Amino acid sequence: MELTQAVLAQIARTDGKIHSYVTVTKDAALEQARRADDRIKEGKAVPLTGIPAAIKDNMCTSGIRTTCSSNMLAGFVPPYDATVINKLWDSGMVMVGKTNLDEFAMGSSTENSAFGVTHNPWDYDRVPGGSSGGSAAAVAADQAIYALGSDTGGSIRLPASFCGVVGLKPTYGSVSRFGLVAFGSSLDQIGPITKDVTDAALVLNVIAGYDRRDSTSVNRPVPDYTKALNGNIKGMRIGVPKEYFVDAMPADVRQTVEAAISKLEELGASIDRDVSLSLTDFALATYYLIAPAEASANLARYDGTKYGYRAPEADSMWDAMEKTRENGFGPEVKRRIMLGTYALSAGYYDAYYKKAQSIRRLIWEEFKQAFSKYDALVTPTSPTVPFKIGEKADDPLQMYLSDVCTLPINIAGIPGLSVPCGLVDGLPVGLQILGKSFDEVTLLRIGHAYEQATDWHKQKPALK
Amino acid sequence: MKLSREQVVHIATLARIKLTDEEIDKFSHQLSDLLANFDAALSKIDANVDPLVLNDLADVCREDEAAPSYARKEILRNAPDKEDGCFKVKSVLE
Repeated sequence: MELTQAVLAQIARTDGKIHSYVTVTKDAALEQARRADDRIKEGKAVPLTGIPAAIKDNMCTSGIRTTCSSNMLAGFVPPYDATVINKLWDSGMVMVGKTNLDEFAMGSSTENSAFGVTHNPWDYDRVPGGSSGGSAAAVAADQAIYALGSDTGGSIRLPASFCGVVGLKPTYGSVSRFGLVAFGSSLDQIGPITKDVTDAALVLNVIAGYDRRDSTSVNRPVPDYTKALNGNIKGMRIGVPKEYFVDAMPADVRQTVEAAISKLEELGASIDRDVSLSLTDFALATYYLIAPAEASANLARYDGTKYGYRAPEADSMWDAMEKTRENGFGPEVKRRIMLGTYALSAGYYDAYYKKAQSIRRLIWEEFKQAFSKYDALVTPTSPTVPFKIGEKADDPLQMYLSDVCTLPINIAGIPGLSVPCGLVDGLPVGLQILGKSFDEVTLLRIGHAYEQATDWHKQKPALK
Repeated sequence: MKLSREQVVHIATLARIKLTDEEIDKFSHQLSDLLANFDAALSKIDANVDPLVLNDLADVCREDEAAPSYARKEILRNAPDKEDGCFKVKSVLE
């Protein structure tokens, strides 16, 4: 109860400046905290019982509006809970609110929200990263103890890196997508955003697992991820793919990431700094053809018939639909629907969508080959520290390039973990750790060992 | 690949989105720039392999079991317009 009250007070004190939340569910949270206290007294508590959490506003919460930060769903109140939400309720979650995102999770900065920009707690003039910017900012600013994000091309890891917190995108198929509003269905995955690696393991323990309501969910046993955290990475083979250190990367960010890699070496890992993943350069085009194509199909459902916004004035059914989509969607969502529709349209399907799908296999095979030699790969999470609000807003290509280090991971379906590894000019830098499918255990072990040897994850923004 | 205004309008029609004149211009430029970048990348690689299926999952089916569903009233609560327990839309046939 005290923890929930403290978190709610912190939200009241700081969210005017940061704007992590779309909806704060104060009264419900206090009631949940009361019930959690009872459960603790009865001796029935589990590790997450009573812990205040923030949920990205693209996961359905029964009776609580779920907006995707879009005018299209501004008044949408789901009649059911996403599977991950159900699992967290069962473990005694206190949900303090729903967090801001780029509209329908399309973006790298949380600037594309219909309800206003989220500000980076480390510097209010900068973006928190996206699309799970609200979730990452909330955890960084102590407005929640942990959060859920979703990651289609880096939307958990980039904001985690920009806000100096831990973010894990699990293997595709390991966490149920049921109740997650679909963006790119072959890429989307829900995961934790937390203050440290131990918390990420604790949250993953609860949310991972097979769900018959998600046809891409994989039926395999879920290990206790906290058992992975033994601090021992001696002899582990870790590769550093050089393509992730792009030309545009500032020297001080590069040095920060290289220092983190040297730390892993000190801890006993065997580092190979001369790894090449030559298909990395093709990830951007591949991703930005596949993801918008899937989005254009997934977002066809927003036609103003069954739920969501409907344009009030229209002459006919088609006119109503076109006006609904004109007014309901923001510019980035329209841009991606247009791009995806084009990539799937007659005459262009083979050259764009089909070719991208084939390159997807090649990228996957390249990772598979790398993981026959290495237990994990490490890279920067982002080539830069958080950029200024507005800096890339008018240049889609520059914005898309923010994700160059994170996109390939979704394309291949493998897991990726971002951990804080330093500050440049007072702004956080993230180290990305990649592993083979369903080997989150190795990623968490490396991240945890690094955390034990450093204290970057304990650094906090001043919130001035 | 340069996208003309006409092509942008055609795509918008396929996607059922009405665009303003200003948006047509903007998208024509922005989508052309993006596609030029993608074309440059794609032209450098041959990819004559089958598309990827993640986790070897294909044709996942389950038994069709009857079970209680959501109440009609609950589902209709989010409807922009309704009548007699149905979703209401503009007439489809003129």
